[in-house]
Amino acid sequence: MRAILAALAMLCWVGAAQAESIVLASTTSVENSGLLARILPVFTAQTGIDVKVVAQGTGQALATAARGDADLVLVHDPEAEAGFIAAGHGILRREIAWNDFLLVGPKSDPAGIGGSKDAVAALKAVAAARAPFVSRGDNSGTDALEKRLWKLAGIDPAGQDWYRDIGGGMGAALNVAAGLDAVTLTDRGTWLAFANRRNLVELVRGDARLLNRYDVIQINPEKHPSVKVEPARRLAEWLAGPVGQAAIGAYVVAGEQLFHPDADAPHP
Amino acid sequence: MESFLPTVGLSLAVSLGATALAAALGIPLAAVLAMVPFPGRRAVVVAVNALLGLPPVVVGLVLYLLLSHAGPLGRLGLLFTPGAMVVAQAILATPIVAALAHRALEARWVEFGRTLQSCGASRLQALPHLLALSRRTLTTAVLAGFGRTVSEVGAVLIVGGNIAGYTRVMTTTIVLETSKGNLELALALGCVLIGISVTVSATVLALGEGKR
Repeated sequence: MRAILAALAMLCWVGAAQAESIVLASTTSVENSGLLARILPVFTAQTGIDVKVVAQGTGQALATAARGDADLVLVHDPEAEAGFIAAGHGILRREIAWNDFLLVGPKSDPAGIGGSKDAVAALKAVAAARAPFVSRGDNSGTDALEKRLWKLAGIDPAGQDWYRDIGGGMGAALNVAAGLDAVTLTDRGTWLAFANRRNLVELVRGDARLLNRYDVIQINPEKHPSVKVEPARRLAEWLAGPVGQAAIGAYVVAGEQLFHPDADAPHP
Repeated sequence: MESFLPTVGLSLAVSLGATALAAALGIPLAAVLAMVPFPGRRAVVVAVNALLGLPPVVVGLVLYLLLSHAGPLGRLGLLFTPGAMVVAQAILATPIVAALAHRALEARWVEFGRTLQSCGASRLQALPHLLALSRRTLTTAVLAGFGRTVSEVGAVLIVGGNIAGYTRVMTTTIVLETSKGNLELALALGCVLIGISVTVSATVLALGEGKR
């Protein structure tokens, strides 16, 4: 019993002993792909600021921050971000990285979309072939883009028997897609780092509408007085600055660069 | 996997801490319910037993709303800390310890209560004897509470946030690795978790047997 209490006391002490620490609510892809685990120690070494990453989908990350429970958010849904800022929760959005989304699916490619550069036409083909499709359905940035693409295709897939809304994270969606031989929309970071692909291959890439932009947004201290403004600002500036940008660009998995620094983004 | 050992350590610290808290609350509650008649006692017993099926995600969500900066206990700064995880799991484990301990203590009190009282012992004086008589079942009650806490994932994920090196425990690591598609690693971690759980239970039981 005493040992347990000592261990608990130590946990509290370790937490308190950090000179400064902030909570970063982030989308799952930057965490699950290993990017943050690689670059944040560099920031901590430079500044002494410890960063606690709570990886959630974009929708949940913004909701966490809207309750005042995060000091900074790192997300990837421009529309939801605009709403977050318009509601007065966020100030100062900075673009820090980009990559792209892709449609992945089974090698057998029942919808015949492999090699296409038109994501909307590909979704139309998926619907026409009634090929299994896995949707995140979790209000994340990827989910929001998928819903926009269906809208552009003029199709409402909800409730169709080939459309599986799994209500889970990117990894969960890829696991289900791999199991069902289904098509799904994924961000490149999670896809490249994902280890259970089975039959899944890249089918559609290179559509301008598949650009995936990652932003950090500082939290409005007037709305959320408990937020640690100064260390959060330093992290946001570091990520957007030369050292952070170089660290983002240098992150490579299996020879492929997962995230591109914002500096070379193809702005439409 | 350089972060592996601290994760095991945190899992143990959080679940043992929560179990200790649950025992400290649940056993006295069970004793009162077994030994002290009061109006509504039956209803409390039913309530405690009903809470055996408390859903972890709901406990996590309610605790999250309470501990959030926008919530009434936000000032404590407990959200996304190991402390919040201990509280969440203690809430889940307390009804288990209390309900099982109550069963044992009630039966023993019916059996020996009158004898103990006829020897002139007050209820408080009788309590240590009752606890000693029920020692083995109480051990099982506490182990059941530990089993609940060490295997729990829904509540700690919500209130802990699964922060690497800070609130990431075995169960949340297994969820994370599964979502990364690292199924073999997730399974291996699952085996380690089962091993830890078995070791703790076996150790406690062995200590109990040794004392007989």
